[in-house]
Parts: sequence; structure tokens; C-alpha cells
Amino acid sequence: MITIEHYMSLAAVLFLLSIAGIFINRRNVILLLMCIELMLLAVNFNFVALSRFLGGLEGQVFVFFILTVAAAEAAIGLAILVVLFRNRRSINVDELDAMKG
Amino acid sequence: MFEQILFYAISAVLLVAAVGVITARNPVHGVLFLVLAFFNSAVLWLLLEAEFLAIVLVLVYVGAVMVLFLFVVMMLDINVEKMRAGFTRYAPLGILVVAIMALELGQVIWLRASGRNLSIVGSQQPDGYNNTKELGRVLYTDYVFAFELAAVILLVAIVAAITLTMRRRPGLKQQDITQQVSVKREDRVRLVKMDAEKDA
Repeated sequence: MITIEHYMSLAAVLFLLSIAGIFINRRNVILLLMCIELMLLAVNFNFVALSRFLGGLEGQVFVFFILTVAAAEAAIGLAILVVLFRNRRSINVDELDAMKG
Repeated sequence: MFEQILFYAISAVLLVAAVGVITARNPVHGVLFLVLAFFNSAVLWLLLEAEFLAIVLVLVYVGAVMVLFLFVVMMLDINVEKMRAGFTRYAPLGILVVAIMALELGQVIWLRASGRNLSIVGSQQPDGYNNTKELGRVLYTDYVFAFELAAVILLVAIVAAITLTMRRRPGLKQQDITQQVSVKREDRVRLVKMDAEKDA
């Protein structure tokens, strides 16, 4: 029988994979954004599974809002990326040192 | 039994797709792997009886956000090989962090839950239950304020994305509406006083 642990373990593995992706793709901003999308998917998995197994609809409402905010985040992130590439001809994270951070 | 087979098969494809996202040499392949991951998640959400969110995931995520990603990836001219240079440099640190997090998450999910009664099997929804209808009922009553806030967030995202990427090209002829509207009569009309002339 598929229990809640199965779904939460799947979400955990997905989350860990996306964290590993952030570490090994540190230079490419597009791949970083894609790993963040994968992370949000893992979190949404937990919400949907808990909403199903604990018998409430609130988790699904939460996923709805997370999807909204994630879409907004992706749109703004990609817009920033396009402006960045237009100005510097590169999206390498190592070269983004204009703010001396 | 059928549900179990379905769960394991689709989860395997999902994890393979996730590995593909983080190791793809070509960003376009990475985006396509991400699309595969989202599709498989949508099927798993269908298994969890979250039909509305599964469809929204396919329509909004695969249909809009991923296409946006593909557009940007194809529009930018990136030197992929140079980007991969640091692939192994950060791998040890990444493996360390991931191992620690795996321990913590495993402890939370498997060890601490073993004593409690969290391993409940969700009860099947009764016949005639409509996930979309129920979600809509909750969304437009209890969470209507948050719903409108989400609409405002989307509006802000539209405005931000357009203002960020809009650029003015020099030499482009276009109307300046404010200048047109704020023009005064004195700027355009000149009254000239002159004597009447006789007809020849």
C-alpha cells in the first residue's frame, strides 16, 4: 500500500536532487532557476500528499498559491536574466561582481 | 496493487528526469527533462486525487512557464562548455550538504513517524466528489482575500517583466503622448494682422 511516507520520501529525494543541482551548476543562472522550480515542485508534493492523507483541502489551496508565486518568480527571474545578458553578454554567476558582494 | 506499480514506475521516471535536469550538458535538454518531471508529477497528483492541481500543473507550468524557459534558453547565446568548467569543483561540498540533509529528512520522515500514527491510508473520496468544485468553493469563500492578493502578485510580475525588458532604441520614431496632450494654443497658432487686399 502506498502510504504518506512514500510520497514524502519521493519529495525529499526530489528536493535533495535539486539542492545537488544548485551546487554543481553554480555558474549557470538558467540552470539555477530550473533547480529552484524543481525544489518548489518537491515542496508542492508534500503539500498535496498531506492534504490527501490528512483529509483537508487547505494543502491544495496552498499549492495553488505557491504555483502562482512561482510563475511570477520565473517571469521576473527570466526578465532579469535577459537584461543581464543584454548588458554583459554573459550569464556566468562568477562574472556578476558589480555589487562587490 | 495497480496503484503501487503505477506509483513506483512514475516515481522512477520522475527521479530520472530530475537527475537529467541537473546533469544536462545542453540547457535545452535540461528544460525538456524538467517538462518530463512536471508531467510525471501531474500524474502522481492525479493518483493523490488532486485533479485540478494536476491539470493546472500541466497547463500553467508546462504550457506557459516551461515555454518561457525554452524561449529564453534558445534566445541567449551561451557558451555551454565554458559553463560546465566548474562541474566537479563544487561537487564535494554539494555531496556533503546533500548527505546531511538526507540524514535529517530521513530522520524526520521515517524515524520520528514510526512511533506515531502518521502512516494512515487516505480514505477514498466518495462517488460524485468533484475536486475542482470543492477547491473553487474554498478558494472563493475562505481564501478570497489571498486569491485577490495572488492576482495582484501576477499583475506586479507582468509590470515588472515588461518594464525590465523594454528598451528604447535611439532613432526610433514614436509618438510622445504627454507632449501631444500638453500642447498649448500659443505653440501652434500664430495670429497675423494684415490689411484686406483688393481684388485684382
